[in-house]
Amino acid sequence: VQVFSVAELALFLQELFRFNPTLNDVWVKGEISDLRRSPAGHFYFCLRDDTAQIKSVLFRGTAQRLVELPQPGCAVVAHGCLDFYAAQGACELRVDLLYPEGVGLQLMQFEALKLKLEQEGLFALERKRPLPTFPHRIGVVTSDGGAVIHDILTVLERRFPLVEVVFAPSAVQGERAPGELVAAIRRISQFRHEGQPIDLVILARGGGSADDLSAFNDEQVARAIFACGAPVISAVGHQTDFTIADLVADVRSPTPSAAAELAVPDRAALRREVRAMADALVEGTEARLAELRGHVASARQRLLLASPMAAAHARRAELLDRLRRAEHALALSLQSHRYRVESRRLQLQALNPLATLERGYAICYNHAGLVVTRAEQVATGERIVVQVARGELSGQVEGIQERADGVVGAARRQL
Amino acid sequence: MESSERPAASFEEAFQLLEDVVGCLEQGGLSLEETLARFEQGMHLASRCLQLLDDAELRVTRLLADDGLQSGAELMDLESAAD
Repeated sequence: VQVFSVAELALFLQELFRFNPTLNDVWVKGEISDLRRSPAGHFYFCLRDDTAQIKSVLFRGTAQRLVELPQPGCAVVAHGCLDFYAAQGACELRVDLLYPEGVGLQLMQFEALKLKLEQEGLFALERKRPLPTFPHRIGVVTSDGGAVIHDILTVLERRFPLVEVVFAPSAVQGERAPGELVAAIRRISQFRHEGQPIDLVILARGGGSADDLSAFNDEQVARAIFACGAPVISAVGHQTDFTIADLVADVRSPTPSAAAELAVPDRAALRREVRAMADALVEGTEARLAELRGHVASARQRLLLASPMAAAHARRAELLDRLRRAEHALALSLQSHRYRVESRRLQLQALNPLATLERGYAICYNHAGLVVTRAEQVATGERIVVQVARGELSGQVEGIQERADGVVGAARRQL
Repeated sequence: MESSERPAASFEEAFQLLEDVVGCLEQGGLSLEETLARFEQGMHLASRCLQLLDDAELRVTRLLADDGLQSGAELMDLESAAD
């Protein structure tokens, strides 16, 4: 016999509840009673019918997402999981969806799936992948033939025909649609051409009623989109309601044509961009050449100023200048010398005995040819020669009168 | 010519290179030889880009469910797509 402690039994029950697939994900309809709201904002109530009741809780965070809040006495359909609440020894329904009774089963299923996938992170914004700027290969999943593939190809052809399209046809409505969509998305995801995968997928369908779109609300389709190796653009063609496929897709677009526009850049805009870059290239090159030319001119200027040639030139000019000044000084000096020489010559000329003779003086030579400056140098009867300015006189001394000074003057007077 | 030597250069590569060349030139500081080489390279790339944009024709491959991945590929054109 195994004896449990109460806590052990409570834990056993908790595990029983949590791992039971039915209790985990259960829809239950009933009437709301004993409704109260805790200070923290959680709703506590009972779901009951004529014979039974189940404690229920709706947490504040979940309640914020609901369109309708629980009202006492209302007949509702609730979705959630059952849990065993050990502290009170009671089981409790944790409500995550709540509708007034009579709402469509399909909508309930849709909301339940949406909630489940959201909690799994399939719609997470962090998980959304950016679209490639220049896709090489685009996968398209849509119905074969018809307007949708034609519209997509027309837009791609007009905007960016460089891209290669890999088209995986699939039924998009009816019983076979979910399975075919999943298979087509997988084929696209696994496709390789020369080792290159598809780098963008368009999942498209034309507009239709909500019933026709059910394949795009299928759980397996959602998981195939999530697992796809390339970013997915959804274009399920229904402006007002998001399908599950739209929520899982990396980008949602309203129509197939819009999806194709989002997928590729516009050729005309790219041409303008390329031309603008070519213009920038020409301008940039010209600007750089002008700049380089400026550098060369300024370098040349500095080189000329700094070179030994420039120094030599300067030195030469200085030398020439000095030389010119020296020549000038020399010329002046020569002139003054010439002048002084001339003046000396004139002085000398004044001292020249011949000049004295010109003034009337005479020189007397004795017979020996010596100049007679004193009377005693000659004897009476001696022959003398008297030199005058022009010519000589010869004669004989007749008498001598000696005087200390002025002999010459006396002789002259005698002559 | 460079463009005929390397016709495999994709638009993306050529466009990216062109952006780099223009950026490099706009940043300045290149030598004369580099400037002229970049100019020539950029002009080749620009005409390569325009040529690729002008000459391109959309290629469409059909990927069918029943056959193998690659063998199921067949060419189709715009007209037959709408049939």
